[in-house]
Amino acid sequence: MFGLNQKDKSTLIVVAALTLLAPFILNPFPEGSALAQFNAGYPDLMQRFVIFGIFAIGFNILFGLTGYLSFGHAAFLGVGSYSAVWMFKLVGMNVLPAITLSVIVAGLFALLIGFVSLRRSGIYFSILTLAFAQMSFNLAYSVLTPITNGETGLQLTLNDPRVLGQSATADGSIPVTNLLPGLEMRSTYVLDAGPWLFQFNLGYYLCALLLLVAFYVSIRIFRSPFGMMLRAVKSNQQRMNYTGLNTRPYTLAAFVISGMYAGLAGGLMASMDPLAGAERMQWTASGEVVLMTILGGAGTLIGPVLGAGFIKYFENIFSKINDNVLHGWFAILPDGIEDFLVFVVHPFIGKGWHLTLGILFMLVVIYLPGGLVEGGQRIGKYFKRGSDDAQSNDASTKPAE
Amino acid sequence: MGILEVKNVGKRFGGLQALGNVNLSVAENSVHAIIGPNGAGKSTLLNCFVGKLIPDTGSVMFDGQSVLGRKPFEINQMGISRVFQTPEIFGDLSVMENMMIPCFAKRDGAFEMNALSSVSSQRDIHEKAEQMLVDMNMADKRHMNAASLSRGDKRRLEIGMCLSQDPRLLLLDEPTAGMARADTNNTIDLLKQIKEERDITIAIIEHDMHVVFSLAERITVLAQGTPLVEDTPDNIKGHPKVREAYLGETAAA
Repeated sequence: MFGLNQKDKSTLIVVAALTLLAPFILNPFPEGSALAQFNAGYPDLMQRFVIFGIFAIGFNILFGLTGYLSFGHAAFLGVGSYSAVWMFKLVGMNVLPAITLSVIVAGLFALLIGFVSLRRSGIYFSILTLAFAQMSFNLAYSVLTPITNGETGLQLTLNDPRVLGQSATADGSIPVTNLLPGLEMRSTYVLDAGPWLFQFNLGYYLCALLLLVAFYVSIRIFRSPFGMMLRAVKSNQQRMNYTGLNTRPYTLAAFVISGMYAGLAGGLMASMDPLAGAERMQWTASGEVVLMTILGGAGTLIGPVLGAGFIKYFENIFSKINDNVLHGWFAILPDGIEDFLVFVVHPFIGKGWHLTLGILFMLVVIYLPGGLVEGGQRIGKYFKRGSDDAQSNDASTKPAE
Repeated sequence: MGILEVKNVGKRFGGLQALGNVNLSVAENSVHAIIGPNGAGKSTLLNCFVGKLIPDTGSVMFDGQSVLGRKPFEINQMGISRVFQTPEIFGDLSVMENMMIPCFAKRDGAFEMNALSSVSSQRDIHEKAEQMLVDMNMADKRHMNAASLSRGDKRRLEIGMCLSQDPRLLLLDEPTAGMARADTNNTIDLLKQIKEERDITIAIIEHDMHVVFSLAERITVLAQGTPLVEDTPDNIKGHPKVREAYLGETAAA
C-alpha cells in the first residue's frame, strides 16, 4: 500500500492514529478535575501541535538528511503566513488557494536564499541562513510596512476587496476562513461524554490531514534514491564529487522542499487565525524548530513530530501553571514546607517554562543523542531483551526436565 | 596517443614550483605507475587530472578532451574514477548503499530528482551493486555500516565503488599506504585481477616499490616536479639516475 514497506507503513499508521484521535488522547482528564489543566485537547493547541509538526518534518528533510543546519527557516514560515493573509484579503476566505500560494511563495523564496547560502557549508551556511532570516524579519518589521503592516502585523479589515468573496458579512463583521462555503475553519463539534469534553475542530482536521500527507511524502523522500544521495552528502561530500555527483542541486532541492514545508506550516497558521506578524520570522522561531528536530531525533522519520508535540505541549501547559496552582498541589504539606517547595519550583513554571525546557533539552542531548526516538528504541530493546532472557531461560531449563 | 595525455604541465604554489613542465602519456589498457620521493609532486599531478587543482601551464587531455576547468564530478562522468590515499567512503551508510550510489551516478548522471521512487524498487541498481560486492568478496558485509569496516575492507569497498562505474581510467593514490603486509598483498592481487578481467587503464601513485614492481607496465619517475625517466620496470630498476634520485638502498637491496 502506498509503496511503503511494512515498517514505514506501521509508522504512518501510528502517526495517523495519534493525529486523528488527538482530541481523545490529549483530553484524558475529566473537566473540573485537578488534572484538567494537563489536558491539551483544545482546537487552537492541537492545531499548533500539527502545524509545528509539519514545520519540523520539513526541517528534518534538510537537517536530518543532509546535515545542513539552517538557522533561518522561520523566514519561510513567515513568508507563507503573509502570502496566505494576502490571499484572504484580496481573493477570498477559502483556505486552499491561500495554502497553495504559501507553499509556492515559500518555495521560491527558499530557492533564492538556498542558492546563495548553499555556496558554503557547516557553520558558514548556518550564519548565512541566520543573516537572511534576520534581514527578512527586519524587512517585514519596518521597511516593507505597506506589505506586512509592520509591527502591528497583517490583519483582515472590512475594506479588503476579496474579489471572490465578500468584504464583510451581512451583519457587518469580517468573514472567517473556510474550506468550502459554509465549512468554517473554526467550526467545532463538541462531544459531551459524561465529565469529559472532546472537541472536534474542522481546522484541526485539515491540519492533521495535511500533516499526514506531509509525513507520507517525507517517508517517500527518505526511502528514495534522492534521499540516499542526501544522506551521502551528509556523510562524505568529497566522495560524492569524485563519484560523478553534483552535490549543489541535491542540497538546493532539499532546501527548497523544506522551505515549502515551512511555507505550508505558515499558510496553515494563517488559515487557522488570519493574521501574520513579523515575529514569526525571528531567529528564536528558527531556533525552536531546530530544538524540536534535535529533541525528537534528527534524521529519524517520527522524531520531529514527537519533538514538535513535546515542546508545544510543555510551552502551553507549563506556562499555565502558576503559584496558586502549586499551592493547591502542595496544600497537604505543612505551611513552611509548602512555601519552600513553591519557592523552589516557581522559577520552572509559568514564564520560566523555558528553564524547564532547557534542562530537558540538555538531558536529552547528553543522555539520548538520538533524541526521544532513541529513548523509545532503548525502552523497546530493554523489553525485547527481557523477553529474550525469558525464552533462553525456558530453553535452558527444558533439558533438565 | 595515450588515453591520458599530459603536456607541459606546471604548477606553482607561491614560491614553490611543485610541477615544472611535466609530459606524460598513459597508454590505454596499461598500468602506469608514477613514483618519486616525498615532495616530488606526485599528488599535485594527480590532483590536476581530477579537477581538484588547475595547473598554471600546459594541458591534460583525457580521450582527446581537455579536463582542465571541469569540476571533479564532470571529470568522473567522463570516465575517470579516483581512489584516495585514505579511503573516502560514505561512513554513515551501509556497505550496500555505498555500492549503490556510484551505480546511480553512472545510470542517472550528476543529478536526478527521483524523490518519490523507492530505492528498493531499483532492481538493476541492486543487481549491479550486489554483483560488485560479490566480486569484491564483501557480500557478507552488505548490511554493515561502512565506517565499521577494517582499513583493508574500506579500501576494497572504495575500489569496488570506483569499478562499479566502469571507468576507463582508474587513478590510485598510494592505495596501500598504511596497510599491513597481508593487506598490501591482497590489494595487489585484487588490482591484478581487475587488470585481467577488465578493459581498464590504471594509473597508480605509490611509495611501496614492491607494489609498483608487481603491477606496473610503465613507470614514470618524478623528482622535484619534473619527470626524470619513463621506462619499463626492469629498466627503471637498473637506471643509474633513478638509483641516485630515489631508489638508492631499495634497489641495492
